[in-house]
Amino acid sequence: MMEEGRKGRYTSSERRLQALVQHLSPSGSSLAGVVQMEVTASGPVGSVFEHVEQAPEDPILGVTVAYNKDPSPIKVNLGVGAYRTEEGKPVILNVVRKAEERLLADRSRYKEYLPITGLADFNKLSAKLIFGKESPALLEKRVATAQCLSGTGSLRVGAEFLAKHYFQRLVFLPAPTWGNHHKIFSNGGLTVKTYRYYDPRTRGLDYQGMVEDIRAAPSGSLILLHACAHNPTGVDPTPEQWEGLRQLIRNKRHLPFFDSAYQGFASGSLDLDALAVRSFVADGGELLVAQSFAKNMGLYGERVGSLSIVCKKEAIATHVESQLKLVIRPMYSNPPIHGASIVATILGDSELYAEWTIELKAMANRIISMRHQLHSAIQARGTPGDWTHILKQIGMFSFTGLNREQVAFMTKEYHIYMTSDGRISMAGLSSKTVPHLADAIHAAVTGLSFSRQ
Amino acid sequence: MALKSVLTCRTPFTLSKVLEVSSGERCQSTSASNIVVQKVERGGRIDRKLEGGRAAMAGRAIARSNMRAGKRFMSTAGWWSHVTPAPRDPILGVTEAFLADTHPSKVNVGVGAYRNDKGKPVVLQCVREAERRIAGSKFMEYLPMGGSVKFTEFAIRLAYGDEADVLNDKRVASVQTLSGTGACRLFADFQKRFKPESLVYIPIPTWSNHHNIWRDARVESRLFRYYDPATKGLDFSGLMEDVKNAPSGSFFLLHACAHNPTGVDPSEEQWKEISQLFKEKGHFPLFDMAYQGFASGDTEKDGQAIRIFMNDGHQIACGQSFAKNMGLYGQRVGCLSVICSTPQESVAVKSQLQQIARPMYSNPPLHGAEIVSTILSDPELKDLWHKEVKEMADRIISMREALRFNLEKLGSKLNWQHVTDQIGMFCYSGLTEEQVDRLTREFHVYLTRNGRISMAGVTTGNVEYLANAVHEVSK
Repeated sequence: MMEEGRKGRYTSSERRLQALVQHLSPSGSSLAGVVQMEVTASGPVGSVFEHVEQAPEDPILGVTVAYNKDPSPIKVNLGVGAYRTEEGKPVILNVVRKAEERLLADRSRYKEYLPITGLADFNKLSAKLIFGKESPALLEKRVATAQCLSGTGSLRVGAEFLAKHYFQRLVFLPAPTWGNHHKIFSNGGLTVKTYRYYDPRTRGLDYQGMVEDIRAAPSGSLILLHACAHNPTGVDPTPEQWEGLRQLIRNKRHLPFFDSAYQGFASGSLDLDALAVRSFVADGGELLVAQSFAKNMGLYGERVGSLSIVCKKEAIATHVESQLKLVIRPMYSNPPIHGASIVATILGDSELYAEWTIELKAMANRIISMRHQLHSAIQARGTPGDWTHILKQIGMFSFTGLNREQVAFMTKEYHIYMTSDGRISMAGLSSKTVPHLADAIHAAVTGLSFSRQ
Repeated sequence: MALKSVLTCRTPFTLSKVLEVSSGERCQSTSASNIVVQKVERGGRIDRKLEGGRAAMAGRAIARSNMRAGKRFMSTAGWWSHVTPAPRDPILGVTEAFLADTHPSKVNVGVGAYRNDKGKPVVLQCVREAERRIAGSKFMEYLPMGGSVKFTEFAIRLAYGDEADVLNDKRVASVQTLSGTGACRLFADFQKRFKPESLVYIPIPTWSNHHNIWRDARVESRLFRYYDPATKGLDFSGLMEDVKNAPSGSFFLLHACAHNPTGVDPSEEQWKEISQLFKEKGHFPLFDMAYQGFASGDTEKDGQAIRIFMNDGHQIACGQSFAKNMGLYGQRVGCLSVICSTPQESVAVKSQLQQIARPMYSNPPLHGAEIVSTILSDPELKDLWHKEVKEMADRIISMREALRFNLEKLGSKLNWQHVTDQIGMFCYSGLTEEQVDRLTREFHVYLTRNGRISMAGVTTGNVEYLANAVHEVSK
C-alpha cells in the first residue's frame, strides 16, 4: 500500500509514518513493518476507511462517462435521458432564459434560506400543474407539498416519511423500473418488491401480470406508478387499463405513489400526461406524487422538483407537512432556490407559461418523429422482428428488446452508448444518427445470431 | 394496557377515531365501538402527545388488527389521521414567529444569516458579478453525482491551504454537497455504512440539527463537554477528559471555528493539545466548518485547527458550507472532503460517497457551485470576496463591542466579557429560557431559547434597544 513518490522520494504520508515508526518502534524497524501493524493500543495507524472498496459506476450515468472517453469521431450517446436537439446539443428553453434574466435583473432578490419545505409560490404552482387548477384536492386545501431535489429527492423524502408514518413497509416497483428507484426506497427505510409490468414477448404491457401481482400484494401496500412515459420501457397503460388499475388499487386499499418525471414530454400535452394522477385524485382517495422539472423544463442540474401528499382533510395535510419538515431538515435543511425560482416565474406568468407549452410540445414532437424515422430505417433494412413497439412506446425512452450481448456489440463495433438493458434515449437521436443506429441494430440482430459459437 | 385492548377489539377502528373518542368528542359509532372506547379509557390513556414514530406504530398495530378482523370499512379518515403535528424547528421557527410579529421595534437575532447595518440581507458584490458572468452562458445539464469537480477542487484548497501536501498527493476525496447540512448527513451515512459499530461524539452544546442528522443516519451518539457556563468559555479540562475516556477510534464532531451556538473556540495551543490526544486515542476528527473567513475575517486563520490536525497526520474529514461566508444560503453549496491514505483510497471513498448521494438526490444543484467556482478561480473576484468577508466579520466584531459597551454603560452588574471574547456570528449570552421568553414577549426580541444571540442581526440602529432589553430581563 505504501508507494514511492516521484523520483524515489517518499510521499508526505510516508514521511509521517516514518516519523511514527521511529517513535513507536524502539528498534527502528523499516517502513514495511508498519504496514502490517493492526490497530494498536494507540489506535489505528492507517486510515479508518482502508477497507472501503471502490463502488461500481452508476449504470446509467456510467454510460455517459464511457461515451466521453471514446475517441471515435462517430459515436452516439443514447444513455442518460437528457434532451438533445437535432444537432445533438443540450437545450436551454427560451422561457428559462427569460425567467433567468428577470431574476438576475431584480436587484431586490436575496439568496436567503428558503423555508424547509421550499418556495411557497413554486409549491402551489407545481401542485396546480399536476393536479389541475380546479382540482378538488387543491380547492379543499388538503394537499401537503414540499419542494425537493428534483424527482430523486421528492421520492426519497416521500420514502422516509412513509417509513416513519405509514403502517405498511412494502413498496412495489414495476419490473423493470428506473435503476435508482430501488435504492431510493430501500435507503429510505422501506422493503422493495416488484410487480410484473413489461412483457418482453409483446414489448408492451403485461397487464394481466400487473393486475395479478397488485391484487396479491398485502392490503395497504405502496404501489409505485410511473405517471406517464414509463422509464425505461416507454410502455404506458391505456386509459381503460388505468381505470382498471385504479379500481383495483382502491379496492385493495393500496397507497399509490406516482413518479411524474415527464409531464408534457410524453404526449406533448400537460393535461393528457396528468390524466392518470388526476383520476386517482378524482375518486377522493389519497396518494403521493413526486414531480420533476428536470426534463420538461430542461432544468436538470438545478434539481427542481416537489413531493405532494394528497390527504383526506386539510388538518391532516397540515400535520403531514410539518412532519415532512422533520425528514428534510436532517437531510439538507432546505432546498436550493435558483431552479425553483425559475419554475415559479414561468408557471406564474401566463405569457411565459404559454410559450413553455409550445417549446415543450416541440421537444415531444421531435422525439415522436425520431421514433418514426428509426422505425422506417429498420424496416428499410429488412431487420427481422416486429419493431412497431418503437412507435407504440411513449416518451423519452424505448426498450428496444436488445439483449446485453447485442448492446455490448453495438457499443464496441458501432460506438453506440446505451444502458445494457436495451434502453435507448430517443432524445439522443437525430436524423443524422438514425441511419447509424439502424445499421448497428441490424448488425446486432442478424450478425450475432450467425457468428455466435 | 390501552393498546392491547384495542388490538383484541374486533371492531375495525382507525387510530384517529380512537383519539377523537378519548378526547371526549361525540362519536357516532355503533355500540361495538363503545366497547373499544371503554377499554381504552379504562386501560389507560393513549398519550395524545405521541411522537410521529410511536403514533405510526400504534397506527400500524390498529391497521393490522383491522385487516385481521377482515371487515371492510370505509375510512373517511384516510391514512394520515394519526400523524401528529411536528414541533417547530427551534431555530427556523424563530424567524417564522418574528415575521408574524407586527411590533415596530421588533429585533430578529435568531437565525444565523448575515445582515448589514441597516438590518438587510446582503448579496455580495463578488456574487452578483459571478452571476452576471454565468447567466445565459451555461447549460443546465446534470452535474456528476459528486458534483462539480472544479468547485470541489477550489473548495478543498480553501479548506486545507493551496500548498497542502494532502492536495499535492491527491489523496483527498471530495464531493459537492447540499451545504453544511448535506455534508454532515453524507458523512454520517458513510460512517454508518463503513464503520457501523462506531460512535459519534457531539459537543455540548452544538447546532441542534447535528443531533437530528446522526440520529436519522442511525449512528449512536455520545456527548462531550465543551462549553463551561461558569466562565462562558471553553471547558478544556472537561473536553480533554471526555476525549481521553472515549473508546479508541471514536468519531468526534468538531467545529473548526466560530462554534455554533457558543462562539467559544479553543486557542491555538489548546487545538494542538487536542490533536495530540486524538493521536494517542486514534480518534477520527470530523470538522464542521461553516464560518471560514467569517470568524476572524481571515480564511487562513479560521482554518488553523484543520491545518494543525492535518499537519499532525490525522486523516480528517471536513464539511464546508458557503452559506454564510459567500452569502449563498439558499443556493445550498457545500463540500465534504475526506483525507485518505492514498490516491486509490480517495477514489474508492469518493465513489462510495456518490453511492449515498445517488439515492438521496442523484446529483447536487448547479447554480451555487458555479458561483463559487467563478469567484475562487478569478484572482480579482477572489480578492474582492476576501475583502467582503472581512467587512462582514469586522461589522460583527464591532457590534460585539457595541453590545458589551452598552450593557456596561447601563450599569449591568453581570460580567459581559464573553460578548467580546466569543467569536463568529453567535453570542451565547447566558440568558435563561425564562429570560429569553421575556425578551420575546415584552421586548419583541427574537432569539433561540438557549440564549444564543445572532450578532449578525445587531445593528447600530438596534444595539441600544437590544442592550436595554437584555439588561431589563437580567438585572
